[in-house]
Amino acid sequence: MDSVIEKRVELKAPVSRVWRALTDYREFGEWFRVKLDGPFVPGQVSRGQITYPGYEHVKWEAVVQKMEHERLFSFTWPHPKSLDKKDAPPDYSGEPTTLVEFRLEKTANGTLLVLTESGFDRLPGDRRLEAFRRNDGGWAEQMKNIENHVSKNHVSENHVA
Amino acid sequence: MSRRSHSSVAAKRRTHALVFAALGDATRLSLIGKLCRGQPRSISQLTQGAKLTRQAITKHLRVLETVGIVHSVRKGRESRFEFDPEPIGGIKEYVNFVSEQWDHALSRLKSFVED
Repeated sequence: MDSVIEKRVELKAPVSRVWRALTDYREFGEWFRVKLDGPFVPGQVSRGQITYPGYEHVKWEAVVQKMEHERLFSFTWPHPKSLDKKDAPPDYSGEPTTLVEFRLEKTANGTLLVLTESGFDRLPGDRRLEAFRRNDGGWAEQMKNIENHVSKNHVSENHVA
Repeated sequence: MSRRSHSSVAAKRRTHALVFAALGDATRLSLIGKLCRGQPRSISQLTQGAKLTRQAITKHLRVLETVGIVHSVRKGRESRFEFDPEPIGGIKEYVNFVSEQWDHALSRLKSFVED
């Protein structure tokens, strides 16, 4: 059983306007809050730096999948283990990814945007630990301590005993 | 918040407390450290590099199994142990977290294209 996120949003703007906001890398960067290095090209890696306050140290990296004019824009992206500054991975190569798809449909008043994100079941257990940390403030600090402890023990196993 | 979600939060905290009690031990933490990287491991693999005997490691694994954070799966003649994060945070919670981020991003997109 795969978990899928699906969002449907009615936008009071023509399909062509929404398409540009999604696929022009500068416009995408404005609302998503990321500074992208260059245009989106199907099959190619898109790189940049998140500009969302508090997450400016986080790198953006995605692989553009499909760009079907004014219909479908999709990319895959990684879910790094942690977004904390000191734990941020140097690069995302080999990280498992999910698939993000934006579908556009013309409506009487503008555009219906359907966003889906799928593939969460591919993410390993430590992402779940991270979600737990983020969603349950009371245990956050405790979890951090455990993680630190675990990683220390992982480096030198002879502490066991 | 409804009464029902209150009691489910309380139940969740009780489960968390049991899990953390089981984790409150250096050996068991280091076992989780080895298992949470995804691959099921045999007792021999888990004993390697540890100063403890096979029997001692098995005993610790049983404690983790009792709270549901580790499961054993039979493979041929030996048991392999795998990490199961469900008792402390299912994938559902992570998906909810990502889902909320999308709500924020899409509302920014909405103002961006409608202005």
